[in-house]
Amino acid sequence: MKKNKFLTGYAVVVFAFLMIPLVIITVTAFGGGSAIVFPIDSFSFKWFANVFALKSFRQSFLTSLEVAFLATIIALIVGIPAAYALSRSRIRGRQILKSLFLSPTIVPGIVIGFILYQFLILAFRIPVFISLLAGHFMVTLPYVIRVVGSAMEQFDFSIEEAAWSLGSPKGKAFFQVVLPNVTSGISSAFMLAFINSFNNIPVSMFLTGPGVSTFPATLMNYIEYNYDPTVSAVSVLLMAATVIIMVIVDKTLGIASLAK
Amino acid sequence: MAFMTLKQIDVSYDKKKQILKGLDLEVEKGELVSLLGPSGCGKTTTLRVVAGFIEPKGGTFTLDGTDMTKVPVHKRNFGLVFQSYALFPHLSVYDNVAFGLRTRKMDKGVIDQKVTEILKVCGLTELSGRFPKEMSGGQRQRVALARALVIEPKLLLLDEPLSNLDAKLRVSMRVEIKRLQKQLGITTLFVTHDQEECFSISDKVAIMNQGVIEQYDSPENIYQKPATEFVARFIGFENFLELSPVGGQTYQAADGSRFVVHMEWGKEPFAGTIRPDDICLAEEGQKDNVLEGTVGVRTFLGKSYQYEVNTAAGILKVNMGTERIFNEGEGIRLYLPEDKLILVKK
Repeated sequence: MKKNKFLTGYAVVVFAFLMIPLVIITVTAFGGGSAIVFPIDSFSFKWFANVFALKSFRQSFLTSLEVAFLATIIALIVGIPAAYALSRSRIRGRQILKSLFLSPTIVPGIVIGFILYQFLILAFRIPVFISLLAGHFMVTLPYVIRVVGSAMEQFDFSIEEAAWSLGSPKGKAFFQVVLPNVTSGISSAFMLAFINSFNNIPVSMFLTGPGVSTFPATLMNYIEYNYDPTVSAVSVLLMAATVIIMVIVDKTLGIASLAK
Repeated sequence: MAFMTLKQIDVSYDKKKQILKGLDLEVEKGELVSLLGPSGCGKTTTLRVVAGFIEPKGGTFTLDGTDMTKVPVHKRNFGLVFQSYALFPHLSVYDNVAFGLRTRKMDKGVIDQKVTEILKVCGLTELSGRFPKEMSGGQRQRVALARALVIEPKLLLLDEPLSNLDAKLRVSMRVEIKRLQKQLGITTLFVTHDQEECFSISDKVAIMNQGVIEQYDSPENIYQKPATEFVARFIGFENFLELSPVGGQTYQAADGSRFVVHMEWGKEPFAGTIRPDDICLAEEGQKDNVLEGTVGVRTFLGKSYQYEVNTAAGILKVNMGTERIFNEGEGIRLYLPEDKLILVKK
């Protein structure tokens, strides 16, 4: 029992360590003063109103959604066939290819951002939005290949062979039999990739330009010049959005599907 | 020409390792032929060549007079049943079975009629709305069989279909497979490593070893007259004797004891062989087919004892009843009946 008590206490400390900043941020968002203070001296919703009033926030939020969505979709289109090929083929160098596909998670984002800035924007003068999309595609692809790939490796290959033997050509069998059985892998890959793209700063920092900025980049910019509770209010809104999405995922797919 | 012919099939995964070496096999229409052998002998590879998953490096596969060697899997119209059942997890029993008919773009009414009929034949009518994960192994296996049979395949290919089932179910399923196969008259290739299963179900058995067929014959002939030492060992002949011909059907062991065998042998190297169960005690005055020895290790097998007997011709394994028990070191005279002692190629 003694050990149990110790473990409980330990868990409480860790949990508190994780939760206290969130609680503080949430509280400060409702402060009436013009600086972030804790505890708050007066109560107000004005900083929430400010979030929606700021044009740069609105615009960059939409840009971020757009980039995250498009980058994730492209990553899925490219990544699903790649994951399939990696899990099925017995070619030599398969392991090397696998690590190559996962390398963007190992190389620091700031390096990827800088290189893309050098080549896409400076050397080839590709429009900022397209470059940004390319950067985010690179960031999200490894998640797709990783998560969808592990779902495909668990899928019994003979099921696909059975489909061929029943008259379905290879390409068609992929859509009829393989895809429907890795949907949970695909939706988890989508969530992971989307969240990572949406939160990304290091790559976005280099690939923003006039009129094109992602939400986290704008937020960082804002903090540099304004130390007011607007940032706290934004955080609260993002947290609320995440909770709502998680609840929806849990109700429809089950939260376990993300952990697979 | 036979209905299905494999001729000089060569398969190798890389340059060094050859899986199948010039394999020949002929199957008549309506027959159920088993490929039996230890793991790694090439039996599954042979089946996969026939199914079209592996393209052989050399040789031809003809079916009903048509060369099928290069025909892609989805155009072969063969029914396959896998060891893992390989049902489509996202489809119900009905949709699993209908899959092959839908890819053939058949009329909805026709599909429904065919599916309903095969579900009835396989005893699955009640389960048509279930999903694979909601069923037992035996039920899944029947769905896999129904799915393979509904397309009216030219060949039915079964890859160790019973090895994931428990012993009791295995026996009843193999009877059911045999019944369906005869009822529908489908030419069938059956891969297994289980001898009893194979002998009970097959019209013919091909015993495979290291990429070649060692013997291709009826189950009875294989069981009673194995042609090679490998086949003999594989089906339970455990005693092998060095014999040299004396003349006619008489042979001689190293110690000079004489054996009469109901076989004559040509020039190829050979050995005499007999099952542990078929050796008995020699009676007084018996001279031919008798070996003297001393009893070594004794093992209790339930309804009999197994003795290792040291003789001049080597150690023999002998199974004998429990009415007379021999102890280690005791002298014993063994009789190897002339109709049970056979000769095989070495």
